[in-house]
Amino acid sequence: MKEKIYRSHVLICTGTGCVSSGSKNIKHELQDELADNNLLDEIKIVETGCHGFCEKGPIMIVYPEGVFYCQLKKEDVQEIVQEHLLKGRIVDRLLFKEPLTEESIPSYKDIDFYKKQHRIALANCGKIDPESIEEYIANNGYEAAGKALTEMTPAEIIEEVKSSGLRGRGGGGFPTGLKWEFAYKQDSDKKYVICNADEGDPGAFMDRSILEGDPHKIIEGMIICGYAIGADEGYVYVRAEYPLAIKRLQKAISNAEELGLLGDNIFSSGFNFKLNIKKGAGAFVCGEETALMASIEGKRGMPNPRPPYPAEKGLWGKPTNINNVESYANIPHIIAKGAEKFSSIGTENSKGTKVFALTGKIKNTGLVEVPMGTTLREVVFDIGGGLTEGKKFKAIQTGGPSGGCIPSNYLDLPIDYDSLLEVGAMMGSGGMVVMDDSTCMVDVARFFLSFTQSESCGKCTPCREGTKRMLEILNRICQGEGEQGDILLLEEFGHHIKETALCGLGQSAPNPVLSTIKYFKKEYESHIYDKRCPAGVCSELSAAFVINKEECVGCGQCVKVCPVDAVIRDKEENYSIDDNLCISCGACAQKCPVDAIKQG
Amino acid sequence: MDKINLTIDNKDIKVPPGTTLLKAAEKAGIDVPSLCYHPDLTIHGACRVCVIENLKDNSLLASCVTPVQNGMELSTRSMKARKARRRNVKLLLANHPNDCLGCDRNGSCELQDITHNLGICREDIEEIQGEVRKVPRDQVGPALKRDPNKCILCGRCVRVCEEVQGVSALQFSNRGFDSIVTTAFDLPQSEINCANCGQCATVCPVGAITEVSEIKNVWEALEDDNLHVVCQTAPSIQATIGEEFGYKAGTVVTGKLIAALDKLGFDRVFSTEFTADLTIMEEGAEFLQRITKNENLPHITSCCPGWVKYAEHNYPELLNHLSSAKSPQQMFSALSKTYYAEKEGLDPEKIYTVSIMPCTAKKFEKEREEINASQSKDTDAVLTTRELARMIKEVGIKFEMLEDKEYDILMGKHTGAGTIFGTTGGVAEAAVRTVKEKLTGEPLNRLDLGFKGINKAEVVINDKIIRVAIVNGLKNAEKILKEVKKGQSNYDFVEIMACPHGCVGGGGQPLPVDEKTKELRGNSLSHTDRQSVVRRSHKNPMIEKLYSEYLKEPNGSKSHQLLHTSYKKRAKN
Repeated sequence: MKEKIYRSHVLICTGTGCVSSGSKNIKHELQDELADNNLLDEIKIVETGCHGFCEKGPIMIVYPEGVFYCQLKKEDVQEIVQEHLLKGRIVDRLLFKEPLTEESIPSYKDIDFYKKQHRIALANCGKIDPESIEEYIANNGYEAAGKALTEMTPAEIIEEVKSSGLRGRGGGGFPTGLKWEFAYKQDSDKKYVICNADEGDPGAFMDRSILEGDPHKIIEGMIICGYAIGADEGYVYVRAEYPLAIKRLQKAISNAEELGLLGDNIFSSGFNFKLNIKKGAGAFVCGEETALMASIEGKRGMPNPRPPYPAEKGLWGKPTNINNVESYANIPHIIAKGAEKFSSIGTENSKGTKVFALTGKIKNTGLVEVPMGTTLREVVFDIGGGLTEGKKFKAIQTGGPSGGCIPSNYLDLPIDYDSLLEVGAMMGSGGMVVMDDSTCMVDVARFFLSFTQSESCGKCTPCREGTKRMLEILNRICQGEGEQGDILLLEEFGHHIKETALCGLGQSAPNPVLSTIKYFKKEYESHIYDKRCPAGVCSELSAAFVINKEECVGCGQCVKVCPVDAVIRDKEENYSIDDNLCISCGACAQKCPVDAIKQG
Repeated sequence: MDKINLTIDNKDIKVPPGTTLLKAAEKAGIDVPSLCYHPDLTIHGACRVCVIENLKDNSLLASCVTPVQNGMELSTRSMKARKARRRNVKLLLANHPNDCLGCDRNGSCELQDITHNLGICREDIEEIQGEVRKVPRDQVGPALKRDPNKCILCGRCVRVCEEVQGVSALQFSNRGFDSIVTTAFDLPQSEINCANCGQCATVCPVGAITEVSEIKNVWEALEDDNLHVVCQTAPSIQATIGEEFGYKAGTVVTGKLIAALDKLGFDRVFSTEFTADLTIMEEGAEFLQRITKNENLPHITSCCPGWVKYAEHNYPELLNHLSSAKSPQQMFSALSKTYYAEKEGLDPEKIYTVSIMPCTAKKFEKEREEINASQSKDTDAVLTTRELARMIKEVGIKFEMLEDKEYDILMGKHTGAGTIFGTTGGVAEAAVRTVKEKLTGEPLNRLDLGFKGINKAEVVINDKIIRVAIVNGLKNAEKILKEVKKGQSNYDFVEIMACPHGCVGGGGQPLPVDEKTKELRGNSLSHTDRQSVVRRSHKNPMIEKLYSEYLKEPNGSKSHQLLHTSYKKRAKN
């Protein structure tokens, strides 16, 4: 059968982000419009995975021109069809506008958010229909697996992965090739390959996007790994809160099985590989590999001491290789294009690219993939478009809830595993939260610690009891009850937990506290000694808000939003705030249309 | 394999590969403090009290889980190691009731010992104290009670219940600071599939799981002039209670035990070994009948109440394999209020029967509805070995100075066969001795059964091979029971004891306890048996008297009324 040729492809993002902003409606509307205009034979709609720019969703890209439309509404579809698809006129008002220049950018490739990215793991995301194995294959999919299984020995594959310099993308940064080699060297009747897709960092969604946008790449990476280490069975451990990722992965597995890419005698190589999905129930600690394996075995997700490492005694006591989604996503590229090409990107000890989930007080939030060695400044200002509302950059938090906060004097730090560790943060799975000067660093530390504290599995003493004590101290400080010696106590606890906790969760849980003490000690001191929160966040320690009578227009909106009825209107229609009642929440200042309310 | 060389506290040590640092330190003469570690269980690595310093990179290693490596240089006593250890113990104490004075485990608490040894004082704890766990206690059960507020989450109970008993009645629940060890749906332990074996209580380093104490009731009975208080001591007690008074494990102190009970004011001190002999008569007759008729085989023993309850929960379809003979405790108690009352001319209502047991499940057994044969409650109170020791200590009896006494004769006379009821394999051996001699007239040589797990033996009786299996630890029982269930078992007689090593390893025995201690205790019971003049139950003159004057014949109608019972299916929750 001859493949049909279309004059135009319209790509509609159906990643979770765009689906929730309504991309399915856009797609149905477009289908109807195309039908009404008899265009169904000329124009093809492709549902793709995530483009990473979820904030601007729903996203549509029209090819061959590569025009990027964003924040679409159902009503916009007709105009796109009439103007762009029928008359060839780009609909300017629906284009992306660069935040700095206010300039409309028609082409996807020219947008700053994408320009500085280098996509390997995300290469197919947003480009192909993730539910079509044919599209994956058409984009050189399964080529690497074919090469690996038919032309390479396991040892050669491992050598290739080793020389690529790929390090674990889940956060640990352990050399992937070395890990494979350990599992390869084990003599066992059974081995397993596991993909860790238990993405639990708040705000992080790189694994989800890859699974939703390019599931076959993970399958291919795992097949190659299975062949390399001698495993005939694999598990993808994915959290149940990712229904779309699970659905697409399930479909991908079925399609791969139908084509003989999974199952027995793949590529007539005599190699068999079976892939299972295990849905996780959402415990953060199950991202820790030993806890994850316990969970697959049906036990409570609790970490176990290492050694023995999974490579020796893993799932059901058998040698197991466990990597993160993004790590596997790099494998087909490395095998197909060669280790050298991959290692030509990055820094001396961190090769390739890294996907980050960029969030916080920044203009362009979303998923970005950049070469290792890109500076924080490039990510924040070039790709991220700088801070919102013209605020000043204060810090960037990397590595998820157990990462660290990096202050502005490190903005030119090239990002890699080692540089981040040196400044007290970590790569983690790739969370990046940008903070401006309205952020209280003590409150930030408290927020992250409260997350890890409540997600601790409760097994080891330092993590279970120690993080609780640290959190109590932080709560006290934020409530104005901090005492002399608290900072020292926090540091002592922090180092103690890092050094004696059983697993990575506990060992890294104090990072947000230790790094904020390191770089923002003054803020802690203000809270403790001056009983003041400089950022005005901790309500017990913040000055009341004051209305500037000169500027006030008397609209009364502040009265409506004040949660404690602290705004008073006198007989002369003058507004003022009772500072005994004010809890410094700032709701009035935010609402005020003329910026007449300021913190006193 | 080549040995690993390392130094611990500047001492050169050579140990086999795979040895943990904790074990290597032991070899260097250092006892590294630990809480979650238990020699009989898998390693857990949770309490982080056993941390020692790696001098090469100044990192801290949990010694109970870290294997040795060549060239390691370690310090168990560096400032860093000591500080970290202290801090972890302080963290545990900051979330602990610290009401040692009122705790059952005061004096035998491992956390208390470590706190004392590390010199941690109240101020150290107060410095870091914040919220303290406050969850409801579980104290409704007749056998065990739990106080999760005392729990330090070392997981020993969880592990013993899963790994050794295969019951998994206890598990971790909730996360982080809210973590607790609890039952499914937080049900009382008495309402779940718990066998009441009390192994959890024996491994608990603190007072989070303990037996429900009946000391108060027993004191009241002893004080009551209207009551005639008789007691029975289970076979294993004589080999274990000495530990409570500083004797080495395995020291048999039968005479002093009897003397102590006498001093406490019991009107008669009898031995459960007497009814153990009786159990052999009843169970032996039942087994003979089954062998002859070839029905309900394998015959499975029923003297262990932990095992019986486990079977009712998990293998209700096999209950017809269980001997209908009551346990020696219940046979004794039934007779104490019938036969004994009659012989002594006492009003059964005025007899108060106390059993001294190695076992927490016995406390449950006495509450079973179907078990009361004497028209009133057969057993009035069950004291564990630990509880009895406390009573002796309470009144200041100098145990080691006691002059040996002998059991009161009527229900105290026993044979070596009754004695070995207290250890694994004993019941089977005793039964086979009697059956073989009854059928062939020849005495039986020793079966020589080991201690661990599952043991098998074959005895030829009149050209017929009798296959015997002896199992201790419920997880081991599971293997045999699955075979029986599938009809793949060729055993004729199976003895099952819930606790590892049988009653010497029971849930009510002195603490601390490990495999080694249990083995020593068991050995001395076997030794006592070998020393006995009479070693076959049917040769016990008092048993002969009992049958001729009262019961008439084993498995007869009077026996059935008093000495046999039935079982019921229980939910598997």
